[in-house]
Amino acid sequence: MVDAILSTRNITKSFGALKASDDVSINLYPGEIHAVIGPNGAGKSTLIAQICGTLKPDMGDVELLGRTITHDGPQQRAQMGLGRTFQISQLAMEDSVLQNVVLGALGASQKPWRFFQKALSDYALLSTAEDALKRVGLEDMQHMQTSELSHGQRRQLEVAIALTLRPEAFIMDEPMAGLGAEGSKRLTGFLDELRNEAPILLVEHDMDAVFALADRISVLVYGKVIASGTVDEIRSDKRVKEAYLGDAE
Amino acid sequence: MIKERYLNIFILALFVLIPAYALVVDEPFTITLMTRAAIFALAALGLNIALGYGGLVSFGHAVFFGLGGYAMGILAYHAQNYTPFMEWPFLIEGTKSMPIIWLVAVVISALAAFLIGVLSLRTSGVYFIMITLAFGQMFFFFSISWSEYGGEDGLSIYVRNGFPGLNTLDPIQFYTICFVILSVGLFFVHRLAQSPFGLALNAARQTPQRVVTVGLDPTRIKLIAFVISGAITGLAGALFADLNRFVSPSMFSWQLSGEIIIFIIIGGVGRLFGPVIGALVFVGLEHFLGGLSEFWHIYLGLLLLSIVLFGKGGVIGILAGREVKHG
Repeated sequence: MVDAILSTRNITKSFGALKASDDVSINLYPGEIHAVIGPNGAGKSTLIAQICGTLKPDMGDVELLGRTITHDGPQQRAQMGLGRTFQISQLAMEDSVLQNVVLGALGASQKPWRFFQKALSDYALLSTAEDALKRVGLEDMQHMQTSELSHGQRRQLEVAIALTLRPEAFIMDEPMAGLGAEGSKRLTGFLDELRNEAPILLVEHDMDAVFALADRISVLVYGKVIASGTVDEIRSDKRVKEAYLGDAE
Repeated sequence: MIKERYLNIFILALFVLIPAYALVVDEPFTITLMTRAAIFALAALGLNIALGYGGLVSFGHAVFFGLGGYAMGILAYHAQNYTPFMEWPFLIEGTKSMPIIWLVAVVISALAAFLIGVLSLRTSGVYFIMITLAFGQMFFFFSISWSEYGGEDGLSIYVRNGFPGLNTLDPIQFYTICFVILSVGLFFVHRLAQSPFGLALNAARQTPQRVVTVGLDPTRIKLIAFVISGAITGLAGALFADLNRFVSPSMFSWQLSGEIIIFIIIGGVGRLFGPVIGALVFVGLEHFLGGLSEFWHIYLGLLLLSIVLFGKGGVIGILAGREVKHG
């Protein structure tokens, strides 16, 4: 069996009496899209925070490429190859689209201590940034101020920044949220190809996208993984229907 | 709307033409006023790196201004008394050489900014303002109590320090030194703002979480910005002390920290020439209104109020509009 790129091993996190993560073990294998679904308050965001390092689990470990990263901060994890997109866009709104992506390239190069040359004349930074913009289809908007972008374009920009880091794994927190049908379809097509570059852990509410994309799905309810399997297995799982899909349909 | 670049060139021209005119009509006091404006502009240029680009509202930049001032005062005091500053473990003597004094002022201010930054950057918002203010007060009261260097009365230096090849007692020559340093500082900050570091600092102000996510440390970036900021303000302090040939605890006062912030707000926060315009306006008001009334700060307050309420970008924002980004 192939080794997992990213895994959580029995991670548990409580806030007072509330168990936000209860013994969660999830593996992300090369080339796959692993979707995590669950009703509101199921602990999806807490899980992502622990994977990306903004929260530390009470128990259990997070591993990336076989290395335990539980005690590394979010910045180290980004350097080691976790590319993250946020549910609520985290972008420098006063800057241009290009500047936001160049920031990603700068992070990837790990050389921010240059005080005198122009960042936007640096060939290496620019070519990385422009490649990433082209791939998400924002190349015509690179000189726009980020605050002028539509909601969907901001999501694309988030993905572009993650691309500049050439990550080992992508963690995407509801990338489809607020995208129209058209935008959602485009991003679905894009992620479908992206999985060959690095596997994607996808937290998503849009069930059409999840069923179209996911190789495997884990269902989180009250902090616990109640089911994990292929799309067909999850669709036909009785507990999942009760806990989640039943409510929705 | 005027293009910001033309406005900047116009301001630089004022800094050349006003002293030149004063020289021709023999009004040395006007030259001294312009020297004062140039030095305040340099101090605020330093703060603008932290406040404008880094979003760090430091209410303690008088610390660096005062440290620069006392670096000059103490070194020149020992030189004029022919006593060494210290004999053990190294012999350090006083000096009357401006370049050495500047170097000492920059290094000491940078070190202080590093220490203050390491502690202050653990906080943000109002707490950051308060902790920097607290550091300012510590230095203020320390300087009052340090009787060896004049305590509350300050230190007088009888002869202005020297610069190789220049007669620094001639107002126009000393002005030229200050103006050249300000210009070099402006060029440096202009490049800094567009550099990879400037890009990261700009992003760290707007969204630190994003900076972390690309694998950079926003706190460390802000710390380095704070150090550069303190060093430039410290250099301005050394020049200010030399202008007055006098240093006193008032250089460490919180009123001065506030005035440096006011320069930036009047001129335009985060704009390259904001500190320069602000300092020029401030010195102008101080001179003209101060001649009319002792309470000229009332008018300064009104100006500040109207700028904050009606023209958020300061004078540059009003004249040149919102900054256009050429990403």
